[in-house]
Amino acid sequence: MSVMNPILKNHLCKLPVGTVIVGKWHNHAYKIVKPLGSGANGAVYLAESMKGLVAIKLSDNGTSITSEVNVLKRFSKVQGAALGPSLLDMDDWFDPYTNRAIPFYVMEYIKGEEFFSFIKKRGKEWIVILVLQLLSALDQLHEEGWVFGDLKPENLLVAGMPPTVRLLDVGGTTLQGRAIKEFTEFYDRGYWGLGSRKADPAYDLFAVAMIMIHACYPLKFERKENTRQQLFTMIRADATLRKYQNVLMKAIDGAYKRAIDMKRDLVAAIHHDDLPSKPFVAPKQSSSRKQHHKKSKKRSGVLETAFIVVTLLCVYALYLYGQIL
Amino acid sequence: MRKGTLRQILLITDGCSNHGEDPIAMAALAKEQGITVNVIGVLDQDTMDENGLREIEGIAMAGGGISQVVYAKQLSQTVQMVTRKAMTQTLQGVVNRELKQILGSNVSMEDLPPEKRGEVMEIVDELGETVELEVLILVDTSGSMKTKLPTVKEALFDLSLSLNARMGDNLFSVFVFPGKHEDVEKVLDWTPKLEALSSVFPKLTSGGLTPTGPALRRAVSHFQKTRSLRSLIVRDESYFEESSM
Repeated sequence: MSVMNPILKNHLCKLPVGTVIVGKWHNHAYKIVKPLGSGANGAVYLAESMKGLVAIKLSDNGTSITSEVNVLKRFSKVQGAALGPSLLDMDDWFDPYTNRAIPFYVMEYIKGEEFFSFIKKRGKEWIVILVLQLLSALDQLHEEGWVFGDLKPENLLVAGMPPTVRLLDVGGTTLQGRAIKEFTEFYDRGYWGLGSRKADPAYDLFAVAMIMIHACYPLKFERKENTRQQLFTMIRADATLRKYQNVLMKAIDGAYKRAIDMKRDLVAAIHHDDLPSKPFVAPKQSSSRKQHHKKSKKRSGVLETAFIVVTLLCVYALYLYGQIL
Repeated sequence: MRKGTLRQILLITDGCSNHGEDPIAMAALAKEQGITVNVIGVLDQDTMDENGLREIEGIAMAGGGISQVVYAKQLSQTVQMVTRKAMTQTLQGVVNRELKQILGSNVSMEDLPPEKRGEVMEIVDELGETVELEVLILVDTSGSMKTKLPTVKEALFDLSLSLNARMGDNLFSVFVFPGKHEDVEKVLDWTPKLEALSSVFPKLTSGGLTPTGPALRRAVSHFQKTRSLRSLIVRDESYFEESSM
């Protein structure tokens, strides 16, 4: 048996518009409007139902459907959180094309925009705002004893007014202390050699740091020999990221045990420049850095002159002392 | 529910066998002894030939496991995913058998109402996290595989990272084929630390023959060793054998 039957998967990803899916247990009907996306674990469609527009996920992998429903059920018990979409129904559909029962679940349809395309449209200043929202949601999830796991921009949706970040695709959500169920290499601290794949809050916070880095470096990059140094250099080299370098490095090193601590430090870093006493202003452009360099050269010239004068004075004093004797 | 040990052979190859017994027969032999065989086919740029593909699928099917063909670049992610999926599949088979005993001959998880299914799934998840796991990795080092060996090594480290994050214990062993003098050669005996591999893996020499069948047979017999090894380590814990679905 292969991981996913290719013919069946293909078929599930290409259900024609207008197909009516009726569950065999609860008898609710869903009419497919358009595809919303498909991945390794199934296909998601927009559908019409008695309750209005909904999102419906079908998969020939009953295991992953059941796992995801389990997580969504838990999430719905967490009050008022921007966690996953709320779960509406779960059932089996007898697929006439393949004569098989296809498990599916129905969730709230969240109309929104993908994280990165939102930032591209609305500007980089939104990165940190959305990350602050994300950290609040993660903190709630962590307090309930879970870790999101497969945290990446593709699983984040910005919806509503005011724009609010929502978590999608709960396939990676894992109980703390267990092995992360699903992950994506680029956002996985294990891949970067910077920690284990045991689910703890710091695992998600590492991914948050990677999302911020990726938001400023749109081209995906691969790990090099010294991964920590590599990430640090990239953070230092970007004007947006440099402002948060201490917070980002702490998240990368797994130093935050709680999302709320990282949020607090991020907020502090945002307002850092607004404070009246600025201890150090980072050079912003290469030209200003050159000027800075020149300045320091000048300063060292002054020091040199002072040094020579002092030495001469000393020699003269010694000479005078000798004359007096 | 009793807790047992899951046994898996993970075969990493890039083509067809050409020496010794039929590997599909050897995979069937493994399955009979409660050992699941998973196969990962590694591609270069081009596609794999028809015979190679068919053999890979055949081995996994006969061995009750999962097969996946990928480019070398995706190897890490695939190796850990296939291993985890095969574990879940086997555990689900075990749970299904228990369900049949309780609820009657023709009931499996899919026949339960969706609400009940969730509870069963939680048991499967729990087992997957805590069960003991023995993985024997069989690496094809013949011909064109040679250039991919650094990637294979990386993927195996990644696998140990994933599996060692579980609560349950793991034992790993690594064999390569063809060996220097024999069809198959042991490069790492049963150990919980797959990282020990780094010292032995680069020294491999690769030859022309691809004795996949004999390698599988040898792998199956190597599982006998863990039984005596385990009984030495864990005296008072009883040892259950798990047969695959």
